[in-house]
Amino acid sequence: MKITVNGTATDVRAQTLAAALGELGYGGAKVATAVNENFIPAAAREETDLAPGDRVEIVAPRQGG
Amino acid sequence: MQLYGTEIASRLMLGTALYPSPADLAEAFRRSGAGIATVSVRREAGGERAGAAFWDLVRDLGVKVLPNTAGCHSVREAVTTARMARELFDTPWIKLEVIGHADTLQPDPFGLVEAARILTEDGFEVFPYTTEDVVLADRLLSAGCEVLMPWGAPIGTGLGLTNIYGLRTLRAQFPDVPMVVDAGLGVPSQAAMAMEMGFDAVLLNTAVAKAGDPSAMAEGFARGVEAGRLAYEADPMEPRDMAAPSTPVIGRAFLE
Repeated sequence: MKITVNGTATDVRAQTLAAALGELGYGGAKVATAVNENFIPAAAREETDLAPGDRVEIVAPRQGG
Repeated sequence: MQLYGTEIASRLMLGTALYPSPADLAEAFRRSGAGIATVSVRREAGGERAGAAFWDLVRDLGVKVLPNTAGCHSVREAVTTARMARELFDTPWIKLEVIGHADTLQPDPFGLVEAARILTEDGFEVFPYTTEDVVLADRLLSAGCEVLMPWGAPIGTGLGLTNIYGLRTLRAQFPDVPMVVDAGLGVPSQAAMAMEMGFDAVLLNTAVAKAGDPSAMAEGFARGVEAGRLAYEADPMEPRDMAAPSTPVIGRAFLE
């Protein structure tokens, strides 16, 4: 299905957020996630189903002021 | 200094962005003795793993981490970003930025109060990046904030304290609230001035990271902060318009 990952249109086979992370190369990465601007805790990724058009954000620690 | 019940030894807080290299960042923290580092969350590509590398660097600094919501322009963005940051950095602390104006990066006072209330109710300990506005400060305190972070000047400008009157009024209005002057400082004398006025700490990033010698500037700021705090605690003299001789007049030679 077509979803948007970090602002970029992306095709995934995965049905859940957890599976999408694995499919997109985030396995084991220190990241936090949101779907359609709602925070999804790491513990809830397995049970978070994705739908076509969903906007997924995947962020990690970075420099800040 | 206590912030949300946590004792912090240093009154200097430093950002982690814009340094020439990770080594410069680490050296700036070492020479400044800063006790708190601000950090952010940003998009990461699959397989990138830059976040893990940065997180290792920050942990090695041995300081408290204060994640921000920099760049957020809406309550929704700020709240979601805060929640993602809490999970990544494992802290209830959040430097809450809700930006309302593109050119000045001035906080959106309305969004800031709303986001502060939502996050406080969600268990966060909110450090709101705010202006010197006393009404806004009052609203933020009512929303549950126990620390305020008024700007000195717009982020990244290095202009120093652009509204001395406003900052002095804010400080006087809420004498028991820990306040950190955040943003806009360029040189250590400006940090000293903020501390002399009774602010509890200063937070800066660009002034150190963009200096020709970041670690020397970091130490300069540390000394400025220390000097200003000492002066504040020492109860400075009142300025006066007329001269008053410091050397005793009595006993002067040639006195008729």
